[in-house]
Amino acid sequence: MARYTVLGAEAIRKKGWWQAHKWLTLRRMSQIGILLLFMLGPWAGIWIIKGNLSSSLLFDVVPMTDPFVFLQMLATGFSAIAAEAVTGTLIILAFYLLVGGRLFCSWVCPVNLVTDASFWLRRRLGINTGANFLRNTKYWMLGMVLLVAAVSGVMAYELVNPVSMLHRGIIFGMGVGWLVIAGIFLFDLFVAKRGWCTNLCPMGAFYGLLGKVSPIRVRADARSKCDDCAECFVVCPEPQIIPAILKGEEKGIPPVILSGECTNCGRCIDICGEDVFHFGLRFDRSKAVLSSGEMNAALKQKL
Amino acid sequence: MSNSTSKKPASKGRRRFLIDSARTACGVGLLGLGIGIYSKSASSMAPMAIRPPGALDETDFLASCTRCGLCVRDCPYNILKLADAGEDVPTGTPYFLARTDPCEMCEDIPCIPVCPTGALDHNLTDINEARMGLAVVVDQETCIAFLGLRCEVCFNVCPVRGDAITLDYRHNERSGKHALFIPIVHSDACTGCGLCEKACILDEAAIKVFPMHLAKGELGKHYRLGWEKKDAAGESLVTPDQEHRYNLPEGMRYDHTGEGLIFDQANAPAMTTPDAAMEETPFSSNPLDTLKKGIQEAD
Repeated sequence: MARYTVLGAEAIRKKGWWQAHKWLTLRRMSQIGILLLFMLGPWAGIWIIKGNLSSSLLFDVVPMTDPFVFLQMLATGFSAIAAEAVTGTLIILAFYLLVGGRLFCSWVCPVNLVTDASFWLRRRLGINTGANFLRNTKYWMLGMVLLVAAVSGVMAYELVNPVSMLHRGIIFGMGVGWLVIAGIFLFDLFVAKRGWCTNLCPMGAFYGLLGKVSPIRVRADARSKCDDCAECFVVCPEPQIIPAILKGEEKGIPPVILSGECTNCGRCIDICGEDVFHFGLRFDRSKAVLSSGEMNAALKQKL
Repeated sequence: MSNSTSKKPASKGRRRFLIDSARTACGVGLLGLGIGIYSKSASSMAPMAIRPPGALDETDFLASCTRCGLCVRDCPYNILKLADAGEDVPTGTPYFLARTDPCEMCEDIPCIPVCPTGALDHNLTDINEARMGLAVVVDQETCIAFLGLRCEVCFNVCPVRGDAITLDYRHNERSGKHALFIPIVHSDACTGCGLCEKACILDEAAIKVFPMHLAKGELGKHYRLGWEKKDAAGESLVTPDQEHRYNLPEGMRYDHTGEGLIFDQANAPAMTTPDAAMEETPFSSNPLDTLKKGIQEAD
């Protein structure tokens, strides 16, 4: 029941290093792997994928376009959109609708590497300062981005979007874009905890809305095993979404995180020494009932 | 808190919600305003930056280009570049610089079909129809053709040779006996590829490619070119002017197309004085004759 002393130590002791870092490692491999895949062309002349996250071409055949960019394009009023962009957007939409919208944020987006590093350093340095944003600020940002596109008639936000700027910059050249990225790092470090990704990024807001309906979710079927160490709250980029699910057994709240804001990063799964969390399907009610039944049985045995 | 004040937290919560929302709206709104204004100033891009072939007009281009760089990748000559943040070109959009890397005008225009959104117009299939910009002979003081020297490099490297740039032969006033070979650019054929700008032998090119809106003038919408309308209609659209009739002495005509005064020698009146005959003028050297002329005829 006690609070943790060293973050993650309990999980490593109980499950071993790999199980305590599995999703984090896979996630980093995904983030860096996707970057490398894009770099393989310009560096080695092996063109598996061309372009960048805004639009790309896989094996010179499969078009992909970021639905967030596509939405901005629609907002500008531009209507003569070529078929490739429509197909490409549908492909990406289908993918994230399936695996979780903000999976983009934690498994693909290069800015996550920056903000995770900032968050790590912030914790190391014990910085607790924080401007407090309303949690829904990023949705205001999304509205603003579309409004500016509609009023100006151009994709104005893409001039400053740090996500596309960083990814494009790494592949095609950065200019003073590094300053923007450094700015986000420092902003997250000193101004607000997880300020950019959690509070401000309109792209995250957009993918969060997508993710409301996706079937792949983090589940807490073993929630009765929770020993209140609170480590999941510390590592979770969106900690506000955990309590209701983790402690909602009496209220009949199903043990599955349905909030679109969950990035499916899986860090809570890693960090939990009691293995409360796991990836599963949102509709998997039978398993939930079963496991809570098991828990009840276990509790009765204890009593 | 007692029951009597139980209403207060709720109203406090509402108040707080409204203030928080206003705060967020203000902050986000200001940021949006900044981005909007920045996008306006960023849209006026550097005049030397030329868009790839088939690029829509600048507003539509910035509405549809996702800045993916696929056109950059498929350019076989690697002339295209995505603008870095902080450059004088909207961040991430493709352009080329004619002076160093002009468009080589590939026949299959590989940069266009790969554009996923149509920001590069897929309907453009003939590179000669591309209008990336327009070459302009910007400096007649340094272009050596105007100095009377033979160059014609821009004329010779032009891929639409003989159509986009022609040579105009003019008299060389300085030497009095030579010709000037003056390059003239024609907007109906120039694709704006920039090969001429690259080839210009000067340290700073005297022929430059500019985006169309900078290179071209535009007639007022109310202008109708009478001669074109006349050709189209096959006849004059207004009542033809009556031919002016001069009060000329018999045997003389006036030609409008440049001949001027014409003497019909056979019917010319007898000259009054030998001097007048020598000067071939219908007028008497004596002004009184002219004054009296009408009176004598009336008699």
